Amino acid sequence: MSALERNAAGRLVPTSVNGREMAPYRGLGGHRPTGRKAAPAVATCLDYPEDGDKRAPTLKEALAKVGLADGMVVSSHHHLRNGDLVANMVFDAAAELGVRDLMWFPSASFPVHSNQIRHLDSGVLHHIEGSMNGPLGDYCSQGRMRGLGVLRSHGGRWQAIQDGEVHVDVAVIAAPTADPFGNATGDRGPAACGLLGFALADSLYADRVIVVTDNLVPFPCIPWQIQGNNVDAVVPVPSIGDPAKIVSGTTVVTQSPDRRRIAELAARFCAAAGIMRPGFSFQAGAGGTTLAFTIYLRELMRSAGVTARFARGGSNTVMVDMLRAGEVEYILDGQTFDLDGVTSMASDPRHVNTSPFTSYNFHGKGNFASFVDIAVLGATEVDLGFNANVVTHSDGRLLHGIGGWQNCLAARCAMLLVPSFRDRIPVIVDEVTTLCGPGELVDVVVTERGIAVNPRRQDLLDAVSGSGLPIRPIADLKAELDRLCGVPSRPTLSDQPVAVVKWVDGTVLDTVWRV
Amino acid sequence: MSETPVQAAAVGPLGESVRSDLHVAYEPGSGPVAVRVASTVGYLYRDAIETAARRVVDAFAVTTGTLTLTDAGALEWVILARVETCLRRAGLDGPPVLPLPDPHQGAPRQRERLRRSRLYLPGNQPKLVLSAGLYEADAMILDLEDSVPPAEKDSARILVRNALVALDFGGSERIVRVNQGTLGEADLEAIAPHNVHLVLLPKVEDPETVRRVADRLRGLCGDRDAPLLMPILESPRGIFRALDIATADPLVAALTLGLEDLSAELGAPRSADGAESFLARQTVVYAARAAGIQPIASVFSDVSDEAGLAAYVRRERALGFDGIGCIHPRQIPVVHREMTPTPVEVERAIKVVRAAREAEALGLGVVSVGSKMVDPPVVKQAQRTVAAAIAAGVLAPEQEQEP
Repeated sequence: MSALERNAAGRLVPTSVNGREMAPYRGLGGHRPTGRKAAPAVATCLDYPEDGDKRAPTLKEALAKVGLADGMVVSSHHHLRNGDLVANMVFDAAAELGVRDLMWFPSASFPVHSNQIRHLDSGVLHHIEGSMNGPLGDYCSQGRMRGLGVLRSHGGRWQAIQDGEVHVDVAVIAAPTADPFGNATGDRGPAACGLLGFALADSLYADRVIVVTDNLVPFPCIPWQIQGNNVDAVVPVPSIGDPAKIVSGTTVVTQSPDRRRIAELAARFCAAAGIMRPGFSFQAGAGGTTLAFTIYLRELMRSAGVTARFARGGSNTVMVDMLRAGEVEYILDGQTFDLDGVTSMASDPRHVNTSPFTSYNFHGKGNFASFVDIAVLGATEVDLGFNANVVTHSDGRLLHGIGGWQNCLAARCAMLLVPSFRDRIPVIVDEVTTLCGPGELVDVVVTERGIAVNPRRQDLLDAVSGSGLPIRPIADLKAELDRLCGVPSRPTLSDQPVAVVKWVDGTVLDTVWRV
Repeated sequence: MSETPVQAAAVGPLGESVRSDLHVAYEPGSGPVAVRVASTVGYLYRDAIETAARRVVDAFAVTTGTLTLTDAGALEWVILARVETCLRRAGLDGPPVLPLPDPHQGAPRQRERLRRSRLYLPGNQPKLVLSAGLYEADAMILDLEDSVPPAEKDSARILVRNALVALDFGGSERIVRVNQGTLGEADLEAIAPHNVHLVLLPKVEDPETVRRVADRLRGLCGDRDAPLLMPILESPRGIFRALDIATADPLVAALTLGLEDLSAELGAPRSADGAESFLARQTVVYAARAAGIQPIASVFSDVSDEAGLAAYVRRERALGFDGIGCIHPRQIPVVHREMTPTPVEVERAIKVVRAAREAEALGLGVVSVGSKMVDPPVVKQAQRTVAAAIAAGVLAPEQEQEP
């Protein structure tokens, strides 16, 4: 077991992870890597068919052809969410090939991927660097994985690929539509998911790239979100995913009175603070509360006669409707959450597909995320210093991936929309179980019992004074919870690391301990 | 009093979908008493859960048997209530075991107050009650009657009693809807001492019932602190005695009606335009106004139909009603919006009120606005509109005072 060191956030973290040295978190802006960006192996077109037909009959044959070998890093992407069939096919095929000790580097995993537990058990997989939840989260939390889990944000995944921290040997991209040359798009086909932005880095930096599709079209596949010039092989399969689990047919707004109240308070805060002004921008996902936020914000925008210059997705039917109504001029989308989002992206040039490179990447020359006016996010815990947790439950179990959450904290006003407690479990706590977001970046915490503004944001406090909104010190909310729920005892965690949480710059922010 | 034999008993929901609640079972046996706890939040609250259960066990002087708690994140007041109910069901007896009171007193009991919205909360579903004080309804109804199945009346009664003690209902009026008959008697006894502002009386058909309950409340709380009453008329018989019921006792502060039950009795399903209940609704308004109390309208039951609710509120307000029943918090802002006088109405009313004040100052008997003469009833209506606008927060008191 590697040495542990206390980082700038006061958290105990390993200095070596899966055999690689890793810098402990040094505070915001405290880490500036130098050198040159990583690059894939030099390829030559002489090695690829002149007729452009790179089809391989099966995924197993394609993996063999690109030279899948023991100990390699294999990546996949979560565009197909819980409907994804491809990541499971990859490791089933790897098992048949007798390959061992692979590292899986997904952009995110879903419960459908619990198939990989048997490959971890059998030794085909060594460990996973990517989000783990559900059965995989439990597997990791219980310390059953051989290597340490590494949790990165969507931006952190780009950072790790670009600065060479992770070298992808083989990237497998599930493509809703592709041509035999490897051009691929996510905006059409039976398993349409909108876009393939999470696979972009892998297509550029992996040594070998395999496209798997269930909708092969003759060259050219237009539009091409993934360029065939980066692709080694194309594998046609009967189905890459279950459409019902990829995007939802309809997006349902939460009926929970508490969540609706949280969403409404957050929207009113944006209006009262003057952030919702002509030409502003916002980012809101399709979770129950954030979707309700978008609806309340839209009402306030209408009554104030304000339109937004752009909105950042995950897009959904409400955001698309705002685009059509001219209330939002552009959607810069990272993923589409429902069918309206998919249709809109395929048909409306103002609905633009983006990748974490444009918005989140630490090694980019700037990021969209840092000049989005409002980002609304969830959290599992927030502490009195506004530090937040999004990956573990209060008992220390891994529950969620980081996704774009850490990256969105860069917004001008990052807001956490959280219930103050969930079935007696306080969300506002003395100290977060796992640190995922430093308190300096969390501007506002909105709960059903009131809004806590980070004291570092005196400007926001001044802007909303006299607004009639229930602005309360976070310690005051915590005191109310102590009275309502009782003061919880502290759960005991082991001293054995099972995973690390990386900050967006590649340093190690915190450790997830075995439960 | 005869000894009831102690028997096995259980209370509360069980299963995967349970949240913020718990199941409690008691099994008699030879001592000493054991408390077993399984909880989704055991890693944070195991000791607290057992301590709460033991409080009730000790208060009931239980020495033997096994108490098993299957908890899914219930707060302490819920745990206390469920354990107390379980032990009572088992045939054991003891004093009420109350949770720690919330330090906030909430709104005081007031006869005259806004009752534009009243939110119904099922008394046996603690999860729905937890945040009720946050929704800013003018009144909160902890319901022991129709939303509680017959087998859960005892459990709901103790839960509601504990909720009244443990929770802050903010500025909302604290209302309990009790059952009829002997169940209702037990409800009154349990809840009356815990700062109930108003008791909602279901299915009232005669003034004697109202007087009996009023006397009982004065007996339980004293003349000064007895909760107010709002009878609900839910039958043709009740409607035809509306005035007698409205004037039955000084504690009666408002009169309302239940259209679902009434429709059933009429044999006329509730229609969108409410033609079948027009007489009933008008009668309630007339009787309440005649008695000098507030007429309050029935609920609107389609939670997702906001436009329908808004139209319903406008229609009932136009008939003279001062308030609407809500079955979901999302209905509250709609009701408040529609029950609040419009800017045009407020402006017109202010003109009349100012003209009346000027006329009085000048010793004039006749009030005129512009070239129009205004009758005293119009002045009274204008004063009511101004008061409603001030109470709803759309008009500052000093604005009305400006010349």
